[in-house]
Amino acid sequence: MKKEKKMKLSIPEQELMNSGHLACQGCGATLAMRYALKALGQKTALCIPACCWSVIDGPFPYSSLEVPIFHCAFETAASSASGLKAGLEMVGDTETTVVAWAGDGGTFDIGIQALSGAAERNDDIIYICYDNEAYMNTGIQRSSATPYGAWTTTTPVKHFKDRPKKDIVGIMAAHSIPYIATASIGYPEDLVKKIKKAKEINGTRFIHIYAPCPTGWKARPEDTIRLSRMVVQNTVFPLYEVEDGIKYILNIKPREKKPIDDYLRIQGRFRHLTEKELNYMQQEVDKRWEKLLSHVENN
Amino acid sequence: MRKVIMGNHALSYGAMLSRAQVIAAYPITPQTQVVELLSEMCADKTLDAKFIKVESEHSAMAACIGASLAGARTFTATSSQGLTLMHELLHWASGGRLPVVMGNINRAMAPGWSIWSDQNDSLSQRDTGWMQYYCSSNQEVIDTVIQAFKVSEMLLIPSIVVLDAFTLSHTYEVVNIPDQEKVDEYLPSFKPRIKLTPEEPHAFGGLTSPEHYFELRYKLQIDMEKAPRLIEETGKEYEKLFGRNLGLAETHRCEDADLIFITSGTMGSTAKVGVDELREEGIKAGNLRIRVFRPFPFNKVRELVKNAKKIAVVDRNISYGHHGVFYQEVKSALYTQSNGLPLFGFITGLGGRDITPSTFKEIAQYSLKKEKPDEEIVWIGVNR
Repeated sequence: MKKEKKMKLSIPEQELMNSGHLACQGCGATLAMRYALKALGQKTALCIPACCWSVIDGPFPYSSLEVPIFHCAFETAASSASGLKAGLEMVGDTETTVVAWAGDGGTFDIGIQALSGAAERNDDIIYICYDNEAYMNTGIQRSSATPYGAWTTTTPVKHFKDRPKKDIVGIMAAHSIPYIATASIGYPEDLVKKIKKAKEINGTRFIHIYAPCPTGWKARPEDTIRLSRMVVQNTVFPLYEVEDGIKYILNIKPREKKPIDDYLRIQGRFRHLTEKELNYMQQEVDKRWEKLLSHVENN
Repeated sequence: MRKVIMGNHALSYGAMLSRAQVIAAYPITPQTQVVELLSEMCADKTLDAKFIKVESEHSAMAACIGASLAGARTFTATSSQGLTLMHELLHWASGGRLPVVMGNINRAMAPGWSIWSDQNDSLSQRDTGWMQYYCSSNQEVIDTVIQAFKVSEMLLIPSIVVLDAFTLSHTYEVVNIPDQEKVDEYLPSFKPRIKLTPEEPHAFGGLTSPEHYFELRYKLQIDMEKAPRLIEETGKEYEKLFGRNLGLAETHRCEDADLIFITSGTMGSTAKVGVDELREEGIKAGNLRIRVFRPFPFNKVRELVKNAKKIAVVDRNISYGHHGVFYQEVKSALYTQSNGLPLFGFITGLGGRDITPSTFKEIAQYSLKKEKPDEEIVWIGVNR
């Protein structure tokens, strides 16, 4: 008898996110959740502060996820998760992975104090930030994760964002936590692998996921994946890991480092920029890339 | 076992005997000894609990909420600025129906910085949906923590146990430390019907439309209304086991009193001395100390003051632009049934200024001199 060949899946087949969620077309945050849950499995509990995902999941009494969710206060993703983990352990559940799942505003801005506290204590949680680079749930206001040059409703074209995106990975690395990784929804195997790796580590783990928002970026929904790959190839958002705050591992080194122009051109939020600003942005990207490479080399 | 302990340690012992499972707290004067002793208890396993040493009171309450949602018994303690920093999450705990118990040391709000006692910190949390107990002795503190856990877990409503800065928090008194076995009998382990677990995945606290929200708040109020009876019942049950009754209010010589002081916290004990001294002068005074502020014991207050000729409510707090908070509350309780009973509202002791038996004599003199109050607020001891 002919032996049946089984395809080996690089991403788990199990679906813990159902249809019926309320995301916009082409939402990167939704794919981020879908892949993350595939990596985490059902024995997972989520703390979701105010962010797009507090709406995407669905209104009471519905939920599009097959894992329990605590919809917590905006600035408390990390502290709620720390408490939830401690509580679960005290009632005898030592297996459940507790995940704080927050947007960039809840992570880079209002939630950074609680995040820093949890990381310093090395509480046994995974903190995942899906980064769509502005307050998208409230209608596209700038956050400290909004990149230089971007238009938002609070950084109008006449006064676009004139400060760089906050280096959240650098901040987290300074806490000497066991594991940090960046990931992009355009590289799902890499994303799943990192979350699986994080799951096996104890202590505070931080995953920073690039998650395009077509609505807020004035981009086409069908370009979400394209943007999520371009951003890695042009090193605007490199894929790397940091172990114990010291050891930097680069996961994808583009064979040919692409210029940022094509990436910016398909996002309406950058349309107002002139040659001068584009050149400045390219220089900044290059500098940061060099800095990352030096970290990797100095391991 | 009898022990000489400070008020703050009475909170720690209360949490220990209640077998709190998760404690998350941040230090603030004058609360620090509460968490210091609990840290030691957790470290030497006198108490089998996880102590999360958070970076703020806001995170302390967030962590308590998370732990409580998992079905753990949770405790924290704070004061003043710390309590008010938690404010948002106080709504979260009660709205989420999570029976967290917290100690709060009454300390005046800055600016200017003050570490001394008044009640504006806890009373400005009045509408957050927490039960509030005000204690007047270290014994009452330890007993109240245990009772608060019981009532909170029956109703799924959180509780604050309040004690005055220094006059109670740092005062050493002889306290009967209840037997652990008897406490276990009184307070069984926390077993919520619904909790956060992957075994039965629910989404807690998601977006709630006008179709559902109203009913959730209605139910919180309905359950809050059950608390007065429950507090009296569990108080009697406590008395059977430990010999001390824990009711809604405590009275001292009110039965035949013409003038009743209405007080709370440690000034309630000071008032008793004032009453006794006034009695020696032939003035029939009495003291009603309100122990439970939320839910407000309307019926109890109505019943206890019904034979009085005058009432003097003494507030160590103020609602700016209105009155002292207890005065407002007592007025609202008596409005429909007071038959014109003269009610005086006194404010004294803000920011830790002493309240002594002579304060009550001054209050009595004023109240007896006037037929009815001619000032919205009668200030005692302020330099104008």
